[in-house]
Amino acid sequence: MLTNGEPIVRVHNLHKWFGLLHVLRGVSLEIHPQEVVVIIGRSGSGKSTLLRCMNLLEEPTSGRVEIDGVVIEAANGEICPECRSRVRDLRLKTGMVFQEFNVFPHKTVLENVIEAPIIVKGVPKEQAVEKATELLRKVGLLDKQDVHPIRLSGGQKQRVAIARALAMEPKVMLFDEPTSALDPELIGEVLAVMKDLAREGTTMVIVTHEMGFAHEVADRVIYMESGVLVEEGPPDQIFTCPQDPRTRQFLARIIESGRVI
Amino acid sequence: MDEVPSPSPTLSPLQDPDYAVGLALVRRARRIRFVETVKVGIVWIILVALLTAGLLQLRFDARYLFQHADFVLRGVTTTIGVSLISILFASVLALFGALGRLSRNPIAQGISGFYISVIRGTPLLIQIYFIYLGLPQLGQQLEEIGRPDLARLFTLSEIQAGVLALSLNYGAYMTEIFRAGLQSVGHGQYEAAAALGMTRWQMLRRIVLPQAIRVIIPDIGNQFIAMQKDSALVSVMGIWEITYRANRLARKDAKFIEMLLVAAALYWILTIVSSWLQSRLEKRMAHAYER
Repeated sequence: MLTNGEPIVRVHNLHKWFGLLHVLRGVSLEIHPQEVVVIIGRSGSGKSTLLRCMNLLEEPTSGRVEIDGVVIEAANGEICPECRSRVRDLRLKTGMVFQEFNVFPHKTVLENVIEAPIIVKGVPKEQAVEKATELLRKVGLLDKQDVHPIRLSGGQKQRVAIARALAMEPKVMLFDEPTSALDPELIGEVLAVMKDLAREGTTMVIVTHEMGFAHEVADRVIYMESGVLVEEGPPDQIFTCPQDPRTRQFLARIIESGRVI
Repeated sequence: MDEVPSPSPTLSPLQDPDYAVGLALVRRARRIRFVETVKVGIVWIILVALLTAGLLQLRFDARYLFQHADFVLRGVTTTIGVSLISILFASVLALFGALGRLSRNPIAQGISGFYISVIRGTPLLIQIYFIYLGLPQLGQQLEEIGRPDLARLFTLSEIQAGVLALSLNYGAYMTEIFRAGLQSVGHGQYEAAAALGMTRWQMLRRIVLPQAIRVIIPDIGNQFIAMQKDSALVSVMGIWEITYRANRLARKDAKFIEMLLVAAALYWILTIVSSWLQSRLEKRMAHAYER
């Protein structure tokens, strides 16, 4: 996809330490509206941490995150005092989908989706329900709206989680290994929903191990290792002729393990 | 390989050709459990019979007991009332105590830690005396410096003092229950709520507490059952609950065994009924979210 105009996400020189572990070592990244960016890399490379720093679920040790004009700066292990009040603004710009779904078990499917719009944004209930109905139809779960998540499969839970995040009308969707906790036969239904979103022009940042999906849906693929962005480019380039030996090695190992690209 | 094909996970018991085998096994297990329950019941009956026989040997006055039982019985509502109100206040205190313990605010942490330490480190009886006898003394001093309005605040009725003491005491112990309940809600729930832009208060009220309460309520039930018995201590202030009434008659007519027996029996019955109610509640809680 050709993207023009200003980037909607700007990450600049981001560092994250967990104790003595230097997980992010100066990551800079820009994402344009409607762009789909897929981050790949082995576990422990910092992909999830990068994603979680983008909505401040993890506080960066230092560096800068800007999404749609909301800026958070951090230095010496603390975010700046005047940034504190902006953390929620930043989170409202982003929607997150977790590996473990994290749907609210005490609420029905519909209640899961309307909760935040009503409580956080103050949307009137009828309006929230209308929007939720539309989203549940989109993820194919309208018939489950009055059911509690305990009755749902993993794939269905994850689709509820996607609808719940979309209900807040975020500028950027963050997906943190959304299919890694799913039984193989349930992965497809979640990826299908994500493909729809990509087609509609949703700005997405996706951390995943689903290489075939990445190849199909990404505008840009980033390979990450040891807390740095090693290589990035269009999927055809990354998957067919990666430039960096580390990327080549990683992809070779994935192909060996039988995952289709 | 086994000859029998393994049933698919969606096969319901009624479709299973081996249904009769399963049914027989279930019935057998149920029969064995029933026989065991009966045996335990027989042991209980023997124990009660032995106890009764022993008491009759002590020449205890059964007629006196039955004639005056209803005088003690009238204290049951007071016992239940005091316990019920106290457990409610204690739960509120425990919630704030738990939030204080889990908070990163040093003031909140300090206050809740201090409260729990002081209360758990001293006997309930002393706390009752402090509130009932000590506070009015404080009030007196306030009156001397010319604040009779404040003084009245510190002079509590017996019931008020009793409820306050039991609430403060149980609140401290129940803090741990509430803390465990709050912590039983997975980290992912907090993260999901935060990612949706909820404030800490919204997160607590809408997402965490409703889930924690399910874990906490059975434990509150246990505490309520325990409190019914600990509320006997407020009899020292002359509240007309079970123990005070029993004690009063017992002293007057020197019928200690008879009256203590009535009181003990009433507490016992209260406990059995409450435990039954609680187990029903627990079962209902276990089936929640299944719509």
